[in-house]
Amino acid sequence: MDVFSDSANIDTYVTGFLWILKLTAAATVGALVLGVLLAGMRVSPIPVLRGFGTAWVNTFRNTPLTLIVFFCYFGLYSALSLELSDDIDTNNYWLGVIGLSVYTAAFVCEAIRSGINTVPVGQAEAARAIGMSFIQTLTLIVLPQAGRAVVAPLGSIFIALAKNATIVGTIGLMESSSAMKELINANGDAVFPIFFVFAGTFAIFLIPTGYAFGWLANRLAVKR
Amino acid sequence: MSVTDAVLYDHPGPRAKIRNRILTVVLGIAMLAVLYWIYTKFDDKNQWAGPLWKPFLEGETWTSYILPGLWGTVSAAAVAMVLSLVFGVIFAVGRLSDHWWLSIPAGAVVEFFRAVPLLLMMFFIFFGIPFLTEEPMPPFWAVVISLTLYNGSVLAEAFRAGIKSVPTGQSEAGYAIGMRKNLVMREILIPQAARAMLPVIVSQLVVLVKDTALGYIIGYTELLQDGVNTLGANFGNTVAAAIVAAIIYIVLNASLTFFAGYLERRTRRTGRAPRSPKTAPVTTGTVADGAATI
Repeated sequence: MDVFSDSANIDTYVTGFLWILKLTAAATVGALVLGVLLAGMRVSPIPVLRGFGTAWVNTFRNTPLTLIVFFCYFGLYSALSLELSDDIDTNNYWLGVIGLSVYTAAFVCEAIRSGINTVPVGQAEAARAIGMSFIQTLTLIVLPQAGRAVVAPLGSIFIALAKNATIVGTIGLMESSSAMKELINANGDAVFPIFFVFAGTFAIFLIPTGYAFGWLANRLAVKR
Repeated sequence: MSVTDAVLYDHPGPRAKIRNRILTVVLGIAMLAVLYWIYTKFDDKNQWAGPLWKPFLEGETWTSYILPGLWGTVSAAAVAMVLSLVFGVIFAVGRLSDHWWLSIPAGAVVEFFRAVPLLLMMFFIFFGIPFLTEEPMPPFWAVVISLTLYNGSVLAEAFRAGIKSVPTGQSEAGYAIGMRKNLVMREILIPQAARAMLPVIVSQLVVLVKDTALGYIIGYTELLQDGVNTLGANFGNTVAAAIVAAIIYIVLNASLTFFAGYLERRTRRTGRAPRSPKTAPVTTGTVADGAATI
């Protein structure tokens, strides 16, 4: 493990995972907000909003994230000169957050929509019977129950998001997979230790997170 | 699409109808305004200029950039699909084995490869393995092997959930007529599990097709590499090329999804599929059939 006794290499490793953490945190918030809004649109009484939600989901769910991130850089930044920060790394970071959020929101939307389908019809009918509007029915009655039903799928979406955050390396952010690539190229004699440290870090964080979401899903599930 | 959608709001009366119409018009105009704003933004940068889009009307652009790229995408995806289905079945059965020396390693392998980002795996295979074997790794195989390990592991969990969802009476009946575990698995459980998990399996295959785009990063000549990067560099129209490539990906994946929906309707019609598994494994997310896998 000579590779990891060099402080410069440790630094590369830590910075890589810090970027992943920051990307995941910001994109989780972005995707959750956007995804819930899109799900609300898709079940709303207004056809234009339903169409918008459907179009969003079908576009971003079927486009590779690599292409979306690529487009954020070459389209939004290079061609449209959308500058989010003077610092090149911070700029690429926010471009990556945009790409990850719009992509993941499509999956969040579909998960929540299927959660809405698990809420018994009687719940929404009762809400309507006491005179609640669509927005009230959705935000007070249906979404809270739907949210509890989709903890497990949302958990797997956010775990996937953490892994997908490595793709932002495409546009030049030194996240963990680019960091690993650099370390491997510089230390050809220690390929296995380097891989197992990087892969192991992901596994140590993500496998327990998966089980935690499973446990949480069981705990929060509405008993019917 | 379902009962719930329609019961979230009352059937519109005269006032609600007027309100909905007004909202439709207002929001429709707002959306058109946003689209127009995006259009002008692109227009300011001359992205709609004829010369940028003209290459797509010429056959040569398609035969020398886009189609070879598409072939790279499709061939890597096809090989990886077959391999990951095989990997998935083997490791699902392995994890369900009665022998601990088989089930524990199989479970560890599946959990590990599910947790490691595909790009990290691809970098290890493409940049790391050549140091060990002292032979260059062809990008095609780096893409295919990493896709197989990742998607195969996800599929293994899907198969396992599917096998567990088959009613116990099925395997009990098999044992009762003297079948061994091997035969029960092959003849009774796996065929029914495959049917039950079909939506999840196909949506994972869509994920696989999309993930071939990662090959671009290690220099595998697929659609993103040939059709966007190289083409964009030659004609100076990266944005236009990215839009065209996105449309190709969307058509490709939407038709796969459509095919999945068709298969699901067929399965439901014959009514022989077992009920969906009650406990949703975290990665497959059965609440959202085919929606949760990324």
